[in-house]
Amino acid sequence: MDIQHYISEFKSIVPAVDHWSLRFVSNYSESLSVRQGIVQPPELNLTCGVHLTLMQGNGFAYAATSNLTTEGFGHIIDNALRWLESSKKFGLFSAQDIPLASHSGNYHSPVSQPWDSMPLNEKLDQLQKINQNLRINDSIVDWQAQLNHRIVNSHLVTSEDINISQTFHYIYPGYEAVANKGAETQIRSGGGWGTARQGGLEQLARYDFPLSAQSTAEEALALIDAPQCPTGSLSLLLKPSQMMLQIHESIGHPLELDRILGDERNYAGTSFVTKDMFGDYQYGSELLNITFDPTITSELASYDFDDDGTTAEKQFLIQDGILLKPLGSSTSQVRAQMSGVANARACDWNRPTMDRMANLNLEPGDKSFADLVSNIENGVLMDTNSSWSIDDSRNKFQFGCEYGRLIKDGQLGEVVKNPNYRGISATFWRNLQAVGNSDSFEIWGTPNCGKGEPNQVIQVGHASPPCVFSNVEIFGGE
Amino acid sequence: MQNYFQELSHKIFQLIKDEEILLLNYASEDSDFVRLNHNKIRQAGNVRQQDLDIDLIIHQKQTNAALQLSGNIDDDISKVKTLLNQMRDQIQYLPDDPYINISTEINNTETLEENQLPNPNEVLEDIINTTRDLDLVGIWASGSMARGFANSMGQFNWHTNHNFNFDWSIYHQDDKAIKQNYAGFHWDHDYFEQKIAFARETLSVLELPAKNIKPGPYRVFLAPSAMQELMDMLNWGGFGLKNHRTSQTPLLKMISENQTLHPHVSLFENNREGLTPPFTKFGFLKPDSIPLIQNGKYTQCLVSPRSGKEYKQHVNCSSEYAESLELSSGNLHQDHILEQLDTGIFISNLWYCNFSDRNACRITGMTRFACLWVENGKPVAPLNVMRFDESIYNILGKNLIGLTSEHEHILDAGTYHQRSQSSSRLPGALIKDFRFTL
Repeated sequence: MDIQHYISEFKSIVPAVDHWSLRFVSNYSESLSVRQGIVQPPELNLTCGVHLTLMQGNGFAYAATSNLTTEGFGHIIDNALRWLESSKKFGLFSAQDIPLASHSGNYHSPVSQPWDSMPLNEKLDQLQKINQNLRINDSIVDWQAQLNHRIVNSHLVTSEDINISQTFHYIYPGYEAVANKGAETQIRSGGGWGTARQGGLEQLARYDFPLSAQSTAEEALALIDAPQCPTGSLSLLLKPSQMMLQIHESIGHPLELDRILGDERNYAGTSFVTKDMFGDYQYGSELLNITFDPTITSELASYDFDDDGTTAEKQFLIQDGILLKPLGSSTSQVRAQMSGVANARACDWNRPTMDRMANLNLEPGDKSFADLVSNIENGVLMDTNSSWSIDDSRNKFQFGCEYGRLIKDGQLGEVVKNPNYRGISATFWRNLQAVGNSDSFEIWGTPNCGKGEPNQVIQVGHASPPCVFSNVEIFGGE
Repeated sequence: MQNYFQELSHKIFQLIKDEEILLLNYASEDSDFVRLNHNKIRQAGNVRQQDLDIDLIIHQKQTNAALQLSGNIDDDISKVKTLLNQMRDQIQYLPDDPYINISTEINNTETLEENQLPNPNEVLEDIINTTRDLDLVGIWASGSMARGFANSMGQFNWHTNHNFNFDWSIYHQDDKAIKQNYAGFHWDHDYFEQKIAFARETLSVLELPAKNIKPGPYRVFLAPSAMQELMDMLNWGGFGLKNHRTSQTPLLKMISENQTLHPHVSLFENNREGLTPPFTKFGFLKPDSIPLIQNGKYTQCLVSPRSGKEYKQHVNCSSEYAESLELSSGNLHQDHILEQLDTGIFISNLWYCNFSDRNACRITGMTRFACLWVENGKPVAPLNVMRFDESIYNILGKNLIGLTSEHEHILDAGTYHQRSQSSSRLPGALIKDFRFTL
């Protein structure tokens, strides 16, 4: 994109307003997949567009287009001005209170092994080999492997001559095996399926891609013949692949300040957390330390600036179990009169910013994985999320995993299928009994966090060690 | 937009070589979005976007690309040329694909709809003035949407919609609220005012002290909007041929163990009454109606072109996901539903459903918004949110008492990437022994 050319075009026709900003976003992605040994049609995706925000007096409005011509800029100016008038008359808060970006800068995902360093035929060969390693038995009735790549360029330019340029590289690997016998089907995934990282092909080894393909299929087969997860109030050891979801749903969403301010009440929901709880509320046991951390380079939502141009830095949201700070962007901070973090994010050029999780992590403790297991008398280990459900205040939850193992007297035991557990956010985290150390700390995340009206799906990172919770209501299938 | 897509596709087809087949799918929208909180404007704006999806086929090889169009023909042709060359470079490395399946019959269609949309800025003023004393939160979405298909063999299809979808909730306090929706083609102030009057009546019940219930089985009425959440779960792999043939459908027991639903349950994809285009991504035309479950028995699958080739079935959809789902009605009358419920829970909305045991088609989820405790046919208290965990084989099987004779036509308010064209026609359902767990 020739940003300078577009800015010149825009400046030549924009009327006098108090403030304008242009956020140019372009995406380029390639998706490769092999299912049952058949190469699926590869997909290339190229998108680009611009998001305009105008502020005048107490009003503000946006307009966005994929038409990057003088005509297109004319349309977005007209449409933003049209909604600016309604905003002046009926706005929830004054545009004059919205903080503006004040620093320029650049960010680029570190990449040591670029996507193009491996030719297409080699990538497809690797996916074919994974397919062969997944198909270990006739009971494996479906199997597939994928390797996807995406580059996002984002440029924020404002009427105050702020210029922020950020380039992100992402990699999305993974595979899954489906095992079936009669009316019993079990799915096991591996190699990073369902998650992603910033960076290049060097990230694949972090997910044991492609080495864990055969063990993934073996675990799917083991699940078919495994007993159901037992029912009871037991200890629960969650691996980082499930801690990701636990953090996301029952800490991340309830701490989003726009939810607390009521913006999401018609769609994603509200929060059991209220403004007066920050500073002294015991969210979890003293082992619970949660950070907003945009500095871990390979995590999905690392950046130097959010999409409103606020400088991002690591901050504790919960420290020693005490709730300190919400996930609130600069605009929400003004509305709520609270401090927050740099988390104004938009999924693409065609959507406005709102409060989002970015990288939300649980800081490591001091226990090795072996220590965690050895201290459990009667419990269940759960690995890889498969089911998620939580109420609109983000309190009563029920989650399920692909794979479970019993733990008896400090020893890992037999495999169990359909492991589920339920609880209440407000009390669950207070039962956090042990936290894995930095050696067991893993970086996960999800590319598919949905929220907002109009709807947006965005990428968020969650890094965590494995953790142990006591007295959890655990159960299996029918 | 139609003229532009025609001109663009004509010029693109001039770029291809003799052995190449090209399929183009076009999608555009010009939408206004206004987000409201506390009956004031939180964010307001407009989005104009045009997407082009390209499938290139050379003999038994296929590759796909997508891009966003500017609307300037020279710019867009230049981008497509670059992308086509990239696709040609890529396709030479691909092995033959046995499941390529495109329509070779030429079936041209055109669906044009009159644009009766109101001025959105004026409607927003009407909404805010009508609900001035209420805590309203929600989203207004309106504008024109178009879908087009063209292939290098000469087929051309075009489909337009001009509609609005206002989706909102009115809050009493905390999580006690009534959720409503008004979607259509032209704005009727009186109709909107009637809906708000109903909301005011319901708010008077939500102001009563909330009731907590213990986990256990309860008699419930699921309103059509609550049924929608359950249908969304069934639709998640329940009807697609690929999911059936690979034993991943949550309705696996209907296939492998001849499990049935209640004989009054018939589900079908009603394309004729839906809002989606009558053509598919690979040029096939959709049948008017596809019976999925008839009288409680599994009948037919949704078959995408790729699955059609793999499993040797006729194509009947674009993707194996129902977009115009209809559940047959029953004989309970909506006006008497509280009497029929007698003592139990009126569930207006369910929320955040997921499978807790996919093989058993067991679903967990939450109650949300104006769910009411009813005693002797009278709503007496709002219900504090409860989690359910129950199998569809119970809900729409042995525990189904009846379905209402009235359908609600629910237009999907979803706007991920672009405004949804999905809709459903659903009755309410009276159910016994509906299991709550937390």
